[in-house]
Amino acid sequence: MTFDPSHAARSFSSVGTRPIRPDGVDKVTGRARYGADFNMPGQLIGRILRSPHAHAVIRKIDTSKAEQFPGVKAVVTAADLPDLTDGDTSMYDILDNCMARNKALYDGHAVAAVAAIDARTAKQALKLIDVEYELLPHVTDVDQAFAADAPLINETIFTTGVDPKPDRASNVSMRSQFGHGDVDAGMAEADFVVARTFKTEQTHQGYIEPHACVANVSSDGTADLWVCTQGHFVYRQHCAQLLGLEASRLRVTSSEIGGGFGGKTHVWAEPVALALSRKAGRPVKLVMTRDEVFRATGPTSATSIDVKIGAMKDGTIIAADATLRYSCGPYAGSWAEVGAMTAFACYKLENVRTVGYEVLVNRPKTAAYRAPSAPMAAFAVESAIDELAKKVGMDAVDFRIKNAAQEGTKASYGPVYGPIGIGPTLEAVKNHPHMKASLGKNQGRGMACGFWFNFGGQTCTDLNIGMDGTVSLAVGTVDVGGSRASLSLVAAEELGIDYAQVRAVIADTSSLGYNDMTDGSRGTFSSSMATISAARNAIKILRARAAQMWDIPVEDVTWEKGHAVAKGETHGNLPNLSLKEIAAASGTTGGPIAGHSEIVADGAGVSFATHICDIEVDPETGATKVLRYTVVQDAGKAVHPTYVEGQYQGGAAQGIGWALNEEYIYGKDGRLQNAGFLDYRIPVCSDLPMIDTQILEIPNPNHPYGVRGVGETSIVPPLAAVANAVSNAVGVRMQHIPMSPPRILAALEA
Amino acid sequence: MVEVTLWGALAAAAEGNSKVEVEAKNIRELFKKLSERFPGLTPLMDRGIAVAIDGTIYRDTWSKELPAGAEIYLLPRLAGG
Amino acid sequence: MAGIAVSTTINGDHAEFLCHPDETLLEVLRERLGLMGVKEGCGTGDCGACSVILDDRLVCSCLVLGAEAEGRQIATVEGMAQGDRLHPLQQKFLEHAALQCGICTPGFLIAAKDLLAKNPDPTEEEIRFGLAGNLCRCTGYDKIVRAVQDAASVMRGA
Repeated sequence: MTFDPSHAARSFSSVGTRPIRPDGVDKVTGRARYGADFNMPGQLIGRILRSPHAHAVIRKIDTSKAEQFPGVKAVVTAADLPDLTDGDTSMYDILDNCMARNKALYDGHAVAAVAAIDARTAKQALKLIDVEYELLPHVTDVDQAFAADAPLINETIFTTGVDPKPDRASNVSMRSQFGHGDVDAGMAEADFVVARTFKTEQTHQGYIEPHACVANVSSDGTADLWVCTQGHFVYRQHCAQLLGLEASRLRVTSSEIGGGFGGKTHVWAEPVALALSRKAGRPVKLVMTRDEVFRATGPTSATSIDVKIGAMKDGTIIAADATLRYSCGPYAGSWAEVGAMTAFACYKLENVRTVGYEVLVNRPKTAAYRAPSAPMAAFAVESAIDELAKKVGMDAVDFRIKNAAQEGTKASYGPVYGPIGIGPTLEAVKNHPHMKASLGKNQGRGMACGFWFNFGGQTCTDLNIGMDGTVSLAVGTVDVGGSRASLSLVAAEELGIDYAQVRAVIADTSSLGYNDMTDGSRGTFSSSMATISAARNAIKILRARAAQMWDIPVEDVTWEKGHAVAKGETHGNLPNLSLKEIAAASGTTGGPIAGHSEIVADGAGVSFATHICDIEVDPETGATKVLRYTVVQDAGKAVHPTYVEGQYQGGAAQGIGWALNEEYIYGKDGRLQNAGFLDYRIPVCSDLPMIDTQILEIPNPNHPYGVRGVGETSIVPPLAAVANAVSNAVGVRMQHIPMSPPRILAALEA
Repeated sequence: MVEVTLWGALAAAAEGNSKVEVEAKNIRELFKKLSERFPGLTPLMDRGIAVAIDGTIYRDTWSKELPAGAEIYLLPRLAGG
Repeated sequence: MAGIAVSTTINGDHAEFLCHPDETLLEVLRERLGLMGVKEGCGTGDCGACSVILDDRLVCSCLVLGAEAEGRQIATVEGMAQGDRLHPLQQKFLEHAALQCGICTPGFLIAAKDLLAKNPDPTEEEIRFGLAGNLCRCTGYDKIVRAVQDAASVMRGA
């Protein structure tokens, strides 16, 4: 589906308004049901035993005492989850992550699980499981793991992407390279060069709702799974494959989801709950503790990034080079590749090269976190860009405007850009009152840009028109932040009816075709495309039914503002038929009226943002206070502007936490030392100011209304914007985040 | 005939060719022909490849036509959060 | 079972339950009494999702024992609306889109209710510090603070 240019000038009646979300009342009254809010009759409680060691061979697991403990109904280990992955290495890694097979690969790795009549019994039973470990040397730091003499985590990993193929295994699973031009020649020509190494620490998505599910496997091979997830169809596939079930016999219902941000995109405990239920012959509820969430799920990569950028006297960037090392936990991933692709995506560069290295460490398996891998690369690049602007003697914004990518620019990751919003966000920032406000003592201002691809994917929606003329929209992309409201707006817009007449629900896996998960900023983008097409299909039927009711040819019926309108000289006097009237007559004109749509929503528009941050630093303690924050981002078209603002603000807040406080702290023993919200400190209300937002609308040419994804890009600039603000406040370039008080003091004293 | 650009890792698997001319009318045919010509590409294709056509990234629409003269760029198939 | 018999008042209604000596009020509310609006985000008093008002004090119900509810008054999110009439805080949270995923919302509503009961006209800073015991990962707090400001103004006018 392509953008209809007439929409640019068109005044929308529903899209762009800000109604209350359909799931709102349930969420403010406590009635909304999340992962842990569901119980089944006769259910057992599942608990998981986790390795206290960062790296160890599992010699033996003796579960006999636990099995005999009164009230225990099932105990499972890896033996109860045989390998059915058939050479699919990414699924094998997910299986091994759900339940360690031969080795425990990180502190918190699951090794066994029990199901018992209550939580108390299950907890006691875990203590009766004897696991014999043989400790192995471990490594948790990305740079140490990268070194040639590092303890080897997986002896089957040989670096891909290097020539010739390495003859020995290492912790570097992949090398990837992007770019064009001659970077070395360009750098030699440069009048000014900045070269720096930056580090970022590992963070967690920090969703407030721990992973939770209720699994029920029947002896006839059917199963039900209630779960908080970003993609219940994906969870169905994963679980069906890992448990050897037929997908159609496993019905997965997505609960309300209490935050995901990428952390609920593949299975963790769900196959374990299903295996327990299968073995016990009863439903099993499994809810992770917060400690488990930190130790065993989520986190993003820790990184170490070298950046070198050269510019001419006139401010033109002549060459840009980056080497990026991303940790991926104990399993191969492609996080560094994404960092390498996004690093310089904001700029128009003749000579650019990025090399990414994926590094295995004894930490939890890395999961996606909102624009995965982009924030760290942007932190390194945007910090260096700021420093280079100073060297050239240009204003930070003007320097970026001069070098910003535009339509027709060859992106640093390869292809040529279509219409994009980086220039407009920079111009908006340049003219924003925030940039002109004065600063006090120990205060600094920073700004930075960010890029994210956005994705579409497989999508299916059903739009059913009731006999009373109200519309039920069944969607398969999990609603993580208000998409039921925006999709209802889209359905109302297309049908020409009131928002209040549409009710969107998230259908379970047995009630709708397959949908990819809600990731890649695709929820509203792709489901709105499917909704538009479903509504247009319904309108075809509505017109045909009206034609029947009038007894005129369907070609003579058009659809305008929620009504069938008879066209043509002979039918001019027929009064319009409303959707309600046509629906009421549907029983005698051919039965129920519905529109369906099954699409691959490719063509998501790339997205850019520019952020401004003011910060005050206490030079005595190193403590920071964010004073003012502004987000400018291109939305393509904001369907529900309030929720678009919410995405901008939420991403900025997560980025600020990443920049200033959040980090996984491992001891020498390889154990996580801060697995709780007290010591892993995410921003609280008193840490932040109001977050101003400015929505730009540069239509995406591949969406009928011009919508781009909006969910992720907002977390890309903050790390750098905050770092530039702190650097400007203290007069020292900050190179390591989070910029916690001790790190700021160390930088001041260096 | 379309000219296709391969990113680094893909070029290495395609006997070092970063640009390849292929007679293909859509993405499906492009993948098929590339795979026939450079068997080394097959594992990378199985892992997932996206195709940028004039800057727009397609991950799954294998029926997408490759217009004559368009810029065709192969990229890793990425996912988001 | 060996349990402690507890008699208490929840959202104005008399309630009785048996609980283990080490069972938290959060477990009792959710698992014994079915008040699922009280959420568990951490179980260690760090996130505020399980906030309830115990007599006139805002507490994390995960840090209170069920047995401590004896003879006390407990207010949870389930008791905020009067029939189908939402509390002004609930209404303003909806109007301002002060929730995205909504898991922290019950805790914020209770904490805000307690805050406004003690300080009907708080400054932005007082709201921010008053709600600093509740974690939200979605909104960046901007719209939550605005919703509380707006509700406070409505409640003062009412």
